[in-house]
Amino acid sequence: MSFGSLDLNTVWFVLVGVLFTGYVILDGFDLGVGVLHLFAVRRDEDRRVFLNAIGPVWDGNEVWLVTGGGALFAAFPAVYATVFSGFYLAFMALLCALIFRAVAIEFRSKHASPRWRAFWDAGFAAGSAGSALLIGVAMGNIAWGVPLDARGEFAGSFLGLLNPYALLMGVTTVALFTMHGAIYLVLKTEGELEARVRRWVNPLIIAFILCYVILTLATLLYVPHITEAFRREPWFFAVVIPVVLAIANIPREVSHGREVFAFLSSCAAMAGLMVIFGLGMYPHLVYSHPLPEHSLTAFNAASSRKTLGIMLTIALLGLPVVLAYSASIYWIFRGKVKLDRMSY
Amino acid sequence: MDVLWLSRLQFAFTITFHYLFPPLSIGLGVLLVVVEGLWLKTKNPLYHQMARFWTKVFALTFAVGVATGIVMEFEFGTNWATYSRYVGDVFGSALAAEGIFAFFLESGFLAVLLFGWDRVGPKTHFFSTCMVALGAHFSAIWIVVANSWMQTPAGFHIVGEGLAARAEITDFWAMVFNPSSMDRLSHTLAGAWQAGAWLMVSVGAYYLLRRRHRDFALASVRIGLGLALVAAVFSLVTGDASARGVARNQPAKLAAFEGLWATTPRAPLHLVGWVDEKNEQTHGPALSGLLSWLAYGKTDRPVTGLKEIPRDERPPVNFTFQLFHLMVIVGFAMIGLAAWAAFALWRGRLEQSRLLLWLLTFSVLGPQVANQTGWWAAEVGRQPWIVYRLLRTSDALSAVVSAHQVAASMVMFMAVYLLLFAVFLFLLNDKIKHGPADADLQPAGKLAPGFKGGAS
Repeated sequence: MSFGSLDLNTVWFVLVGVLFTGYVILDGFDLGVGVLHLFAVRRDEDRRVFLNAIGPVWDGNEVWLVTGGGALFAAFPAVYATVFSGFYLAFMALLCALIFRAVAIEFRSKHASPRWRAFWDAGFAAGSAGSALLIGVAMGNIAWGVPLDARGEFAGSFLGLLNPYALLMGVTTVALFTMHGAIYLVLKTEGELEARVRRWVNPLIIAFILCYVILTLATLLYVPHITEAFRREPWFFAVVIPVVLAIANIPREVSHGREVFAFLSSCAAMAGLMVIFGLGMYPHLVYSHPLPEHSLTAFNAASSRKTLGIMLTIALLGLPVVLAYSASIYWIFRGKVKLDRMSY
Repeated sequence: MDVLWLSRLQFAFTITFHYLFPPLSIGLGVLLVVVEGLWLKTKNPLYHQMARFWTKVFALTFAVGVATGIVMEFEFGTNWATYSRYVGDVFGSALAAEGIFAFFLESGFLAVLLFGWDRVGPKTHFFSTCMVALGAHFSAIWIVVANSWMQTPAGFHIVGEGLAARAEITDFWAMVFNPSSMDRLSHTLAGAWQAGAWLMVSVGAYYLLRRRHRDFALASVRIGLGLALVAAVFSLVTGDASARGVARNQPAKLAAFEGLWATTPRAPLHLVGWVDEKNEQTHGPALSGLLSWLAYGKTDRPVTGLKEIPRDERPPVNFTFQLFHLMVIVGFAMIGLAAWAAFALWRGRLEQSRLLLWLLTFSVLGPQVANQTGWWAAEVGRQPWIVYRLLRTSDALSAVVSAHQVAASMVMFMAVYLLLFAVFLFLLNDKIKHGPADADLQPAGKLAPGFKGGAS
């Protein structure tokens, strides 16, 4: 397919963003449920309800990350190469966390011994929390900027990645996913467990808002290139308002018993946060700090126009189908969790 | 050890471990479609019981496959950043297509396959099972296409020079249908079908030895063996086509497969042997002219020997030779075993032959050994190139990753994968010891309507 004079680089900047946004919204609640997993302490069955709340969907949700990674590799190979090799140890730790999260779900309920279950419960919770934290830290570094050399190679150190701003972004991400996961659990649980989960929602919203306010202040004070983007294009602030409204709407919907809308508000808020992130970054994919002229952008780090066009054709063919059957699968598994013999 | 060796070892270790599982998912995926199709067609509750049992085994292999698969996607960037920059335009597209066309399909419908028994109707469930199997096959297509491009690059041109050089697509379909992709894809799938089929045969044979779950065991052996026999013969046919392709496209690799030093007509084929790389000789029983005939259909056609390949472009010869020969020997053994078992089954003598049942019980190892050694031979035989004749493996590393970092991640992977492997075997063994659930002979839920017989 030929796409005329369409700016394919920007299209792919957006599409990679869409894939990662899909990932944080969808796997975000899986990871959030993982963070909350150890707090379901009353009965073994409560933990099984948590696992089975995400049981049918977590795997498909993780595919958004795999596809996002593949799209990054294909559309912006230089970014994929620089970030993945530069963040080597951090990404190895992320892999370890994702592995434990995944296999713990499958293994945990296959054996009745309490120690077996306690081990995989811990693996599931630590894997989920660790994944959320590391994803946030990686995004924090991308926003803050990392040292790049003239060839676009990472020129920093592992410890340099653990700077306060990146850690703050990591903590904020954990708070966001946990809030999102709690709202999802309200949808999936019933009875006494639901009442308990419901009580977690408001404190988690407040925790997230606190983190986010501090993060925003830190961004305004210390990340001039993002602040500059917003100063140049004040209409970007128009995105902030719906995000604030969406977050404010969550406790309202929960208290009215409209959990589905609460969950959708949370999804919308996360999408909005990713849009803000993308607007602040564009056209940079990796901001070089302190030498901004070495930055990797949607233009200097991209594949050929031919490949971007082929990939867009693939995405246009594939993504609508993916969205259609993913939506049907969510519809099939709607409603409260009922444990049966096929459950985890 | 330096960072090159550590990175190669880590990639070899993680891909070898990962590749224990996807072939099982692909093979079992086909068998789940067969078994569930039989259940819907015949309403024999035995097939319902089989579908339930094998779905659980499928879920276990799939989970470990997914968990270890994501590592592979990261590793191109973490350890092979220069390679990633070089091939991203080409290789990345195939990987992204795999995500969009294969992984979403597989993991999305897996939810319905595993948890949808009581939520959707029989046709929807069967459709989901088919989609999971199809997704598993799609994932094989794209990754084998990408790897085949590294063996026989096509449909691209090189842009830039020196460190900035990279491959860019000029013709997408020429890249997809590069000279080796279809032969290697069919051979890979044949091996994957064998992996799933022999697992089913093996569990069935084990029950027959223990005189447990007789109906279930016989049906598992019969259905598994049907696919195993077809796939074993298909492996031979596709393997022959693949090797002829290697002769045309990668002469150095073919020469290493067969330990052929001098370019000669009536080139010999070694049945087994040992390669003395220092003196450039291969020892062992050989059939004169057979390699020429296999490669080109004529015994007097010359086959390129290693002496024509510059020393710094030769793969490790003896290692490649042994890997390749082990794969071939196991492949023929599987054909023999499948034929023997099929004959015994046909004459009604399977249950009397304890030797055969023992062999069938261990048959599950055969395709695993052949699949692994086959891939090792294909990858080691391509050395010293990572992309054949374009980019050397030693030039493909990440510039910024140190040996210490790779050593640390290597230790992490070894510890985690050892744990995963132990737990996988423990749970699989547990599942097999526990056996199929009698309750599944009385189908319940939405799949049951139309079912009239009782447990018989």
